[in-house]
Order: sequence, then structure tokens, then C-alpha cells
Amino acid sequence: MKDTVEIRWHGRGGQGAKTAALLLADVAFKTGKYVQGFPEYGPERMGAPITAYNRISSDPITVHSNIYEPDYVVVVDESLLESIDVTKGLNPEGAVIVNSTRSREEIADKLHGYKGAVYTVDAKAISIKALGKNYPNSPMLAATVAVSKVMGKEEFLKEMKASFHHKFAKKPEVIDGNMMALELAFAQAE
Amino acid sequence: MAIRERLSGNEAVAYAIKQVNPDVMPAFPITPSTEIPQYVANYIANGEIDTEFIHVESEHSAMSATIGASAAGARAITATSSCGMALMWEELYVAASNRLPIVLALVNRALSGPININADHSDSMGARDTGWIQIYAESNQEVYDNFIQAFPIAEDRRVHLPVMVCQDGFITSHGVENILLVEDDKVKGFVGEYQPEHYLLHPEEKMALGPYAVSNYYMETKRAQRQAMIQAREVILETAARFEEMTGRKYGFFEEYCMEDAEYAVVIIGSAAGTCKAAIDEIRNTTGAKVGLIKIRVFRPFPEEEIAKALSGVKAVAIMDRSEMFSATSGPLGAEVRAALYQAHSSVEAVNYFYGLGGRDITVSDFKTVYGNLETIAQTHVVTGMYEYIGLRSEQSKEV
Repeated sequence: MKDTVEIRWHGRGGQGAKTAALLLADVAFKTGKYVQGFPEYGPERMGAPITAYNRISSDPITVHSNIYEPDYVVVVDESLLESIDVTKGLNPEGAVIVNSTRSREEIADKLHGYKGAVYTVDAKAISIKALGKNYPNSPMLAATVAVSKVMGKEEFLKEMKASFHHKFAKKPEVIDGNMMALELAFAQAE
Repeated sequence: MAIRERLSGNEAVAYAIKQVNPDVMPAFPITPSTEIPQYVANYIANGEIDTEFIHVESEHSAMSATIGASAAGARAITATSSCGMALMWEELYVAASNRLPIVLALVNRALSGPININADHSDSMGARDTGWIQIYAESNQEVYDNFIQAFPIAEDRRVHLPVMVCQDGFITSHGVENILLVEDDKVKGFVGEYQPEHYLLHPEEKMALGPYAVSNYYMETKRAQRQAMIQAREVILETAARFEEMTGRKYGFFEEYCMEDAEYAVVIIGSAAGTCKAAIDEIRNTTGAKVGLIKIRVFRPFPEEEIAKALSGVKAVAIMDRSEMFSATSGPLGAEVRAALYQAHSSVEAVNYFYGLGGRDITVSDFKTVYGNLETIAQTHVVTGMYEYIGLRSEQSKEV
């Protein structure tokens, strides 16, 4: 693993890309890392493209700029591929992870010649199967951890379970579904 | 043992407020500071603190109510940003001239127009002449630490001035980072119980606050405010020393990073200092150029002599402003640092840049360019690019 792993999230307002970035910062923090999780704010509204970022390192992080040459890019909404060059600056040794029902090859064709690895995760199907609703951010978070290996699977699932117990203290019935969504997405991305 | 946590800058300030448990907090929401009163309201609703939260209909009222509470003898705080502080304008002067030790959490944001919600120092720099002490932060850790130190500074009898604790909107306010929190009892011990000397609700001492002052008296009150600002210098350093004893974290008027042997220096305020540090590490590891940084923490009172001394060994310095003052020459920091250099008979080459207005990003690569420019300026003794805007869209650069 590089000294600092940099991740850029592309999503649309309301899909939870920012929340996913903050959750990733959270779990990475719990594994002893130095972390940053931050959104880039424009005129916020439902459906507008949004960007969020993570830096994860074994050393303190002082940089406070956005990320222009990420190691990983996560695309929570496939339709963004039409309007945004999501792999701009992306490390060819890294990877892009796209929420899509399509194959890696089909997605790769839309990536302006990006030479690195392409992963697809059907986050919608996973979320509907596990939770009965389309919340694509949790499956995308699991896929990001699986691909980037910023932490091990068991560690990740353990910390996420603890987070869910805290977050959903008043509705524990959704915890199992959320854990299932993470495991399914992790398996699909591996 | 310190508490290892990860919090956004707004969460960190709210947490410090919870630990201090001030008497009164009137506040009105405005992006990006809204979360601060929101989190505090939660603490109050959950019975974790007994601060009296006052819902007001505007920032003008928020600062007015804070002034009223402070004048009555309460430890009073508020939070705001940008246009919200602009609406407090009149009261900012009232708070300072009435010598009220209010603490304001300011989350720096650009002023309209065009309307913009992102980081920019126009709000606090506009208020630099209001008589408030101003303390700035690079990171979430620093804004938390500064906020705790603000109370003993403001309330010291040598000072009795309001303090504005500033952080960069979104960059630190909404960015989650690692942070070390101080235990509740230590924070409470550090800020102490507030014991006002003169206050309106004092049962034996009848007093008036904020009456009309005729010309025969007005000027003396200003001189007294100036004196308080002069005395704040020693109190800020004493407080920092006490804070260091408690936490091991060292603070002063400014931080010097790699300045021992620096030939080229940047002077900057706020979160961009962290990005500049990364550029310094990279430059020193690659070309070996002797680059350094002075990060201003305390802008009011302004550490004039200390800054001139810290810059006395450098060949060239770039002073970087995150706000305009439309003098058609300097930015606020550029003007003051250069005045300090002049007063110290310094012959260092100085260039003043603008950056980051309305949240425009500044990168490690931008800072490398700045240091490159300084090397050229030092060699040629010709200051090119004076008052340049860093990171401007190229087509607009040509127009100007």
C-alpha cells in the first residue's frame, strides 16, 4: 500500500456519496489510520453531480486541497459517465469502481481510454435484495474497500457492524440487511 | 490521556462548547457554521449541558443577545459565517468597545456577490478593525485548541476583549480528520469558572454599559481598547504556554515551519498552510531548496515585530491573502506584513498574492510554483507578478 491512498467519489446529490466517504474515513480511523473525508460543495440539490474525497495514511495528513490524481475513483451513479470524465487524473495502477449492471468491458469503453483496472458492482440489485430499497452507497463503500484493500475484509465488516449498531440503535432490524449488502458487494468486487 | 477521535471542524468546536458549557448561546443559522448551533442544541436537548440557547430572528439579534448576556455577567458565545457576520457589523464594535469577553466561532466564508458559500477570509478580514482578537486555524485540531484557549484570553482582566476563533469553511468545518480531544475535567479546569468583575446583574454595583460618550471621553475609550489589545499579547502567550503544559501542543502568534535555514518563505493564514507544508516537504526532499512557512495564528493583535524577525534571514517572501480589500494594491495580510518589514528596515524581496477566493482550490503544485517564483525574484531582484491571483482561469488572466 502506498503511504497515502487517495480516493475520489462521484455521485448525485441524495445518493449518499458524501456519507459513504465519511463512513470510509470512519472505519479507516478505527483501524488506526490517519484519515480525511470531505465533500466538495457546489450549489447542493438532489440529483446534481457531487464529489467527495478520502485520504487514508499511516502518517498525519496536512494537505487540504481536493484530489486531482486519485488512486481510486468510485462512481455511485453510472449516468455521470456521460457528463464527467470520471477517470481524469486517475492512477493507471489504481482502479475505477462503477455502480452498473453492465460488464467491465462495456464500462471501460466509456472511460476516455483509461488504461487501469475497471470494476463494476450492481449496487442497486444488491441493495434491493438486502434492504428492499435502492441505497447504493453502502455496497459501493464495501466494493471500494475490497478493491483498494485499505483494510482487510474481516476488520471492515467488524467495524461496520459496530457502526450500524450505533447508528441504527433504534431500528436494529435493518442491521442484518445492511451487513448483507456489504458482504454481497465485497464478494462481487473481489 | 488524550481522547483519539475523528471529527469535522464544526463537530470539534461544538464539542469544545459542550466541554466549556457556557451560560448563553444565541445563534442564527448560516452555512457553513450552521452545524455548530445545531450540535449544541442537541447537547442541550439531551441534557448534557445547561447552556441557555436563544433562538433569534437574525444575526443582528444574535450578536445583540450575546452582548446583552455577556453584559449581564454570563459567559456568552455565538457562531456565524460570512453575510451573517456582516449583519452583526454594528454589534461587533459594540461588543469590543464595551469590553465584553464574548467568544465567536467564525467559519470563514466568502461574502456576496456573486453569492458563494465557500472558504474565503473576506468576512473576518473585513472585521479586522472592529477591536476583536482574531485567532485562525489550519486544522480541526487547531480550531478545537484555539476555541478552548479563547475563554481565558478574552476573560483575563488585562484583556476583556471579544475573541473570534476562525476556521476555513467546508475545508476544515466539514472535513473529517483525526483529532486529539482533551478530557472534560481538564478543559473545565483550564477555562475555569467565569467570574466577571463588573456586570449589570451585580447586586451591589450599579453601572451603565454602552452610554453615549462625548468627544471629551470617546478617544480615551479607544486608547483603552488599544491598551487591552497590547496586553492581549502576553495573555495569548501565557495561555498558550498553559495549554502546552496540558496537551503538549505548542502555540504562539504564528507557527514557523522549516524556517531555521529558510531562504524562501510563504506567509499565509488557515487551512492552506497544511498544503504548503506538504509542498515544503516535497521541495526539500527533491531540489533541496531552503523553503519555509510562517502560518499566522493570531492576526489581531498583529505580531509585527515577531514576524519581521522571523523573516529577517530570508531572501524572498510571498505573502498570500485569501481575501481582497480592493485597495488596488495589497491584500490585508500583504499590507501588514510589508509594513512590519519596512518598520524593521528589512530589505527582503516581498511579493503579495491572492488565492483561494470563494473556495478556489490551492494545491501542492501551486505552492511549488510560488517557491519557484521566489527563487527567481531573489536572483533578479525584480518583483514580478505582484498582486497576482493564483489559480485564476487562464482566459481571465489574460484580460487582467
